[in-house]
Amino acid sequence: MMVGVDGRQVFIHTGGGPAEVEGSRVVLVHGAGMDHTVWRYQTRALAHSGRVAYAVDLPGHGRSEGEPLPDIEALGRWLIGLLDALEVERAVLIGHSMGSFAVLESSIAAPDRIKGLILLGAGDAMPVHPGLMAAAGAGDHLAVELIVAWSHTGSGRFGSNADPGSWQQGTGARILERGLGRSLAVDLQACHGYDAGAVAASVAVPTWIITASDDRMTPPAAARRLLEAIPGAVGSTVPAGHFALLDCPRLVQVEIVKGLEHFESGARATARG
Amino acid sequence: MSIHAASRPDPVTGARVTPIYRSTSFVFDDTAHAASLFNLEVPGHIYSRISNPTVAVFEERMAALEGGVASVATASGQAALHLAIATLMGAGGHVVCSQSVYGGTINLLAHTMARFGIESTFVQPADHAAIAAAIRPTTRLLIGETIGNPTMTVLDIEAVAAIAHAARVPLLIDNTFATPYLCRPFEHGADLVFHSATKFISGHGTVIGGVLVDSGRFDWEGSALFPTLTDPYPAYHDIDFVDEFGPAAMAARARFEGLRDFGAAMSPDTAFALIQGLETLGPRMDRHVANTRRVVEFLLEDEFVEWVAYPEVPGHPDRSLAARLLPKGAGAVLAFGVTGGREAGRRVIESVEVFSHLANIGDVRSLIIHPASTTHQQMSDAELEAAGVAQGLIRLSVGLEDPEDLIADLGRALRRAHR
Repeated sequence: MMVGVDGRQVFIHTGGGPAEVEGSRVVLVHGAGMDHTVWRYQTRALAHSGRVAYAVDLPGHGRSEGEPLPDIEALGRWLIGLLDALEVERAVLIGHSMGSFAVLESSIAAPDRIKGLILLGAGDAMPVHPGLMAAAGAGDHLAVELIVAWSHTGSGRFGSNADPGSWQQGTGARILERGLGRSLAVDLQACHGYDAGAVAASVAVPTWIITASDDRMTPPAAARRLLEAIPGAVGSTVPAGHFALLDCPRLVQVEIVKGLEHFESGARATARG
Repeated sequence: MSIHAASRPDPVTGARVTPIYRSTSFVFDDTAHAASLFNLEVPGHIYSRISNPTVAVFEERMAALEGGVASVATASGQAALHLAIATLMGAGGHVVCSQSVYGGTINLLAHTMARFGIESTFVQPADHAAIAAAIRPTTRLLIGETIGNPTMTVLDIEAVAAIAHAARVPLLIDNTFATPYLCRPFEHGADLVFHSATKFISGHGTVIGGVLVDSGRFDWEGSALFPTLTDPYPAYHDIDFVDEFGPAAMAARARFEGLRDFGAAMSPDTAFALIQGLETLGPRMDRHVANTRRVVEFLLEDEFVEWVAYPEVPGHPDRSLAARLLPKGAGAVLAFGVTGGREAGRRVIESVEVFSHLANIGDVRSLIIHPASTTHQQMSDAELEAAGVAQGLIRLSVGLEDPEDLIADLGRALRRAHR
């Protein structure tokens, strides 16, 4: 569906679920240069689990209008505007990679609007290699190849994922190709310039971090530093790389549902994992 | 990738080679899991007509080798072609197809699909103006072969893809003759690829199979010509395939509708054989090409050979195109004409001893056939002429034997044919 945010049309995929349900509103926020299709394995499952799912194309991505926003703070504020447009009072925000930074900022900008955060492919920082930055800036396909090589690591290196016939390195490349020359360079710059570790202590909403054990973009050590810096954050680990949401879709689904049930039970996180 | 993609040791038994999962169906965790599988909420296997773990390894490996996002294995190459057409259009649709394609492709399009209301126009693959002119408002697909059968014409994939995309329709390439080892059509702009996996992918003449591969690059939503992918589909509670599956929308519809309803699925035993074929694809194709080049050299010098059609031969109209698209070699199929016409050709075929006279290509064994009386037998004289199939044309599929044995066999046969 399309909604208007800041005068621009925004595409949101709802996973084909029933609209009239009482469960949590869940917003899924993609990473740099990507779009809602990276959440293809999570959106439909969430939408048929008694919740309402909104997998959004950020401005300047996918089917959404406008230019990509220049920094993470702007993305965080924009997501609150999205909740307003959707007339959603409180939501769980789920972010992958750059999306995890964006939802962190949303929680700082408007903690009362956030029921919980689930972060995947997150870390206390996301420094971007100058070679990758240069390739993305030049619209060079090398940028796609580098991200694919660094993101489909571990169990994703040779495939064998749960979706019959699908080759996820191809999927990752196709999604990124759509962002190459449009959003990828701006997004990578935004990631590079953001210090999640510095704002982590200010996060005041329940937070669940899913760490990918073979993540080379946001390594497990970076995820752990972020987890330890966010008050009360808890976490879990999946055996995959940065694109765990494509390479291990069922495991990521399970961990997301664990996080949602944790928030929905009203429990405030106390343990660290 | 031809060895490792999609394969990992079995987590339960430790088996290193992909097992044959000869099981029709797969147990659900519980009723909720069953419901979520049927509603396409979670990936997994339900029933082997739609997906099977052994077949899935073959499919994923083919998608990896072609550089696509997903593939769907089928009972044959013809089934893969039918699946592509039936997924993208219904009655009232129109296809523009190269004239230089497998006779079965022409039969399917010209006669069988026409009976179901899908029309086709056949064009010379090198006549790009004719291709563009053949496109109608109802056209939904362009089809060509990387290396045309049996005339060995090479398709300028990049140029034809540009024509297709200007009309907001995809280009489907039959990559059977080249395999992804020699040419990856997606790198040249094609949107979909299919194979008769029976041929070089199997490589041993043991199984019949096909596969349809989706590049994930075609913009179905932007085209607005493909309601099967962009409109709500009642059979899955109004699912929108592009919204749900993103780049893999076409492959998803082909599987969840096409395999479900038409049922032309691949068996796990076949997939096992094809996986083994893929594991040696590169070395086999190198040897196929090397042997073919030796046979071509011999034929070019033989007094009883009028002409040789192979894209690497000096004077072949597509020689420079082949050098660009097929830098590792132009495959292992060639055609030649014998002095003395159709009768001399018949005697050559009946005189060979190493070459096998049969209707196939892509075997470890070398094969020989007379297309006008076999693979293209159902075509009229006019259709044969349009397809460039001369009455005396002999087609060879060069195998992996010692090339000197092949040359000696052909030499003897040519001499005998002219006694």
